Amino acid sequence: MRRGLGAAVAIVASALVAGCAIGPRPWAEAASPGPPTETLTVFAAASLSEVMERIADQYEIEHSEVDVRVTYGGSSGLAAQIREGAPADVFVSADEAQMDAIGDLAAGEHILVAKNHLVIAVPAGNPAGVAGLDDLADPAVVSVICAPQVPCGAATASLAVLNGVTLSPVSEEQSVTDVLGKIASGQADAGVVYATDIARAPGVEKVAIAGTERVLNRYPAAALADAADPARARDFVDYLAGPEARQMLTEARFGVP
Amino acid sequence: MLLPLAGLVARVEWDQFWTLVTSEASLTALGLSLRTALAATGLTVALGVPLGFVLHGMRGPARGLVRAVVLAPLVLPPVVGGLALLYAFGRRGLLGEELGGSIAFTTLAVVIAQTFVAMPFMVVSVESALASRTGRHEAIAATLGASRTRVLARVTMPALAPALATGAVLAFARALGEFGATLTFAGSLAGVTRTAPLEIYLARETDPAAAAALSLVLVAVAIGVVALAYRPVRGAR
Repeated sequence: MRRGLGAAVAIVASALVAGCAIGPRPWAEAASPGPPTETLTVFAAASLSEVMERIADQYEIEHSEVDVRVTYGGSSGLAAQIREGAPADVFVSADEAQMDAIGDLAAGEHILVAKNHLVIAVPAGNPAGVAGLDDLADPAVVSVICAPQVPCGAATASLAVLNGVTLSPVSEEQSVTDVLGKIASGQADAGVVYATDIARAPGVEKVAIAGTERVLNRYPAAALADAADPARARDFVDYLAGPEARQMLTEARFGVP
Repeated sequence: MLLPLAGLVARVEWDQFWTLVTSEASLTALGLSLRTALAATGLTVALGVPLGFVLHGMRGPARGLVRAVVLAPLVLPPVVGGLALLYAFGRRGLLGEELGGSIAFTTLAVVIAQTFVAMPFMVVSVESALASRTGRHEAIAATLGASRTRVLARVTMPALAPALATGAVLAFARALGEFGATLTFAGSLAGVTRTAPLEIYLARETDPAAAAALSLVLVAVAIGVVALAYRPVRGAR
């Protein structure tokens, strides 16, 4: 009986330790004493994954009472969730169309915080020898793009029209991260992603697209009308447009307005 | 159980229903779904029935092991099934070299994914029907001079017909509703791999009315299929 109890205590103790070790914010990194009392929920476009983590961490260091939780996804998916009442405080979208799609669920005006342009991603070594967007019209090249309903897909379609190219993808994905995944895993020869995505996955190289600077994605950020703490949400949005965030965005190869 | 269905019905915009359901995207997706589900059901019958017989004939620990492996797709998350198929048949998969990456992103990939998840229904149906038979009728036919093939064709298979029908109907329904494995293994392209569930997934973000309308069609098909599978057995025994 006592041996069983000791074993149970040991198991529970080790589970607690393991839980602390793999938690998202290890306690050892807390810069100031006292656990956060506020939670800020941010819905951000998939292409912002890595840079938004750094921005959120920096914000938490400067405002230790806040725990910033970021959910990433295709902007149209996030907009749909917000319309269905998902509890978000801030929305950062990959294009203005998705920000308009939530209408007056955004509180007040949105601020443009970043810009991005499209490039072709190829697996390391460029096995299909892709040199430009024209090559993606070739059915022999296995290419994937974002679905036109998603911001990166809408931009891809515009760019294709601009270059007079009819794309022939084998699959249209829901978010740019899915496109990147198919390139990185070698399932596809080429894909159209953001310039900032090239650094996000290993084994991916970049091929430039002619005229890409004429089709820019503009990332608006807005506090949401149903935010738990509207002042805090607004403060975070302003922070995204501030100098520290701009620095981190530039380092991640985003354009800043 | 009723509340989610009621919620779905409440979202449908009835004045636009027919237009949405007969739009090009919807019809393409539904047509693709029906064609692939039928093909998958055919494959399931062709492969699943012999497998059920083989399983029934096995003894010992091997039987339990094989059954567990065959039934794994039933409990596996579909997206995991899709990944597994990718790692087997995809470009960089086990058979990638031989196949030259020609399966992924094709309609064939959709059929394979659907067969993978639907097969267990047929195998379970066949095996349990065989297990419930005493073999008396087969023995009687054999003493009357029937060959093994004739016994199989004239005695066993007709007796299994209800189980085969149930298994086929359930497999069809499962194949029609398959989403996770299809999305992961086959991708999503209109007319090639974008089945009705994938079309709903895409439309739900930007055109919720179309998604609700198409969802209702699939719900109606699902209810119809299940009613068909579990209708009261006609006749004695």
